[in-house]
Amino acid sequence: MLGGRDGDGVALAMRVIVGQARISDAPRLVEITSAHVDSCLYHGQVSLDFAHRLVELGAKVRVPTTLNVGSMDLIHPTLVRDPELATAGRELMAAYVELGCTPTFTCAPYQLPNRPGFGEHIAWAESNAIVFANSVLGARTDRYGDFLDVCAAITGRAPYSGLQTTGARRGTVVFDCRPLGDFMRSEIAYPLLGHHIGAVVGAEIPVLVGIPEEVTEDELKALGAAAASAGGVALFHVVGVTPEAPREFADLPVRRVDVDVLRRVRRDLSTFAGGELDAVSVGTPHASYAECVRLAELVADGPPMKVPFYLSTGRATRERLAGVLTTLEAAGVIVVVDTCTYVTAILSPDWKHVMTNSGKWAHYAPGNLNVSAVLGSLPECVASARAGRVILDS
Amino acid sequence: MIGRTLHPGTATGEPIRLTAPLSFWGGVDEHGRIVDAHHPQCGAILTNRILLMESGRGSSSTSSVLAEQIRARTAPAAIILSRPDPIIPLGALVAAELYNLHLPVVVAPYDDLPLDGWLQVAAISTQAVITWSRFTP
Repeated sequence: MLGGRDGDGVALAMRVIVGQARISDAPRLVEITSAHVDSCLYHGQVSLDFAHRLVELGAKVRVPTTLNVGSMDLIHPTLVRDPELATAGRELMAAYVELGCTPTFTCAPYQLPNRPGFGEHIAWAESNAIVFANSVLGARTDRYGDFLDVCAAITGRAPYSGLQTTGARRGTVVFDCRPLGDFMRSEIAYPLLGHHIGAVVGAEIPVLVGIPEEVTEDELKALGAAAASAGGVALFHVVGVTPEAPREFADLPVRRVDVDVLRRVRRDLSTFAGGELDAVSVGTPHASYAECVRLAELVADGPPMKVPFYLSTGRATRERLAGVLTTLEAAGVIVVVDTCTYVTAILSPDWKHVMTNSGKWAHYAPGNLNVSAVLGSLPECVASARAGRVILDS
Repeated sequence: MIGRTLHPGTATGEPIRLTAPLSFWGGVDEHGRIVDAHHPQCGAILTNRILLMESGRGSSSTSSVLAEQIRARTAPAAIILSRPDPIIPLGALVAAELYNLHLPVVVAPYDDLPLDGWLQVAAISTQAVITWSRFTP
């Protein structure tokens, strides 16, 4: 491939893969079964130049490849307020489709059919997708980012290093969550715990003890996304729940987590204390079908919402919603697909106080959008939108 | 001083040493200025400097942000890391492929380098040589 046998586009992609393998001291490459590409989010002219170069050189992906969010909602284009960003974002998304990627435009590819299985080598980008694939599915991906993701898709190969290898997947530190007790049955516990773990461990591999066995994939999604944004967590194990969790971990250092710790995290993640709200944004990472249904149940009856309420989800999930979508939109929920409210110009630049149920959104939005964020559960977000000010249960 | 080359190139500039890790995505604007409010050197300009930092941190979109700065001529002149990091040299590699602009990225124990004066980085695939001079070369 390096010599150009499969074309100049493949040769370029292979130079990137081999260069990365050298830097990470990988002894060889490994064949992958799928890729998830994040390079379709616009970061400047270089994003377009790279995608167009690959298209011009005739490159095509050779494994099933899903696309992460772009800078544009192609189904509701008027939602994006910056026309230049909208044009460039649309052009970039089209270029990746031309390379043979599937236009999924979601940060939660694990909610789609045909997701990878246990032990499969894959090349995924987008930190929340990486941590979910490794931890919950037991597939194997290292942390890949812009440019490398699509080069892996084009060559069908990734460096055999990092979390592709068995030895690198063992837990390194235990988080004893048993003191949290029933608090782990509340949805807000998961983004808070994830943020705490990410902030404490950096890129280590946490082993969680004391998580209820009936924990949902949506809760694990929220935990992983927060851990991957507050730190560099790309794999966690939940004893009794996730497929590679250890049975023996007595030799690992232990950190104890109690309710006071998570209360402090909640205060730290909320950059304003309360009062008037400008908007609410939920669905980061993209809301699952079950989460959309739950929101519809919460908003179906009751007073109207006084501030704009955004729900980000995948276009495939939106298509399944049918009557649920009607209920959401009738209640005033603004459904966003293909992108997310914290990576493009959807919220008004005049809004300063925004509520979310996402630890990841609360972590990134203040820097990206110059807003203050407050974290609450989904019912608290709905109650607050109806009141026009922050309403917290506890 | 001899280092390991992560991406080849030659550069000369005044050094700036970061006292805390920095993510280019969300941490540096298009003019090469540190805008991460939590960073102790927020406000510093990295353009055309020899950037000394432990390692990259945070988002994998850093490769895009660095490649875009190289294209726009607002990137550092060279980057010297104390630990290998795949994300930063990837940005340099893509800029070299697309624009034929070469920003050297090397790993070296830079603690011993003086921070006044000028540094010259000459990185070829087998090794990188870093030299110091008191005055503008």
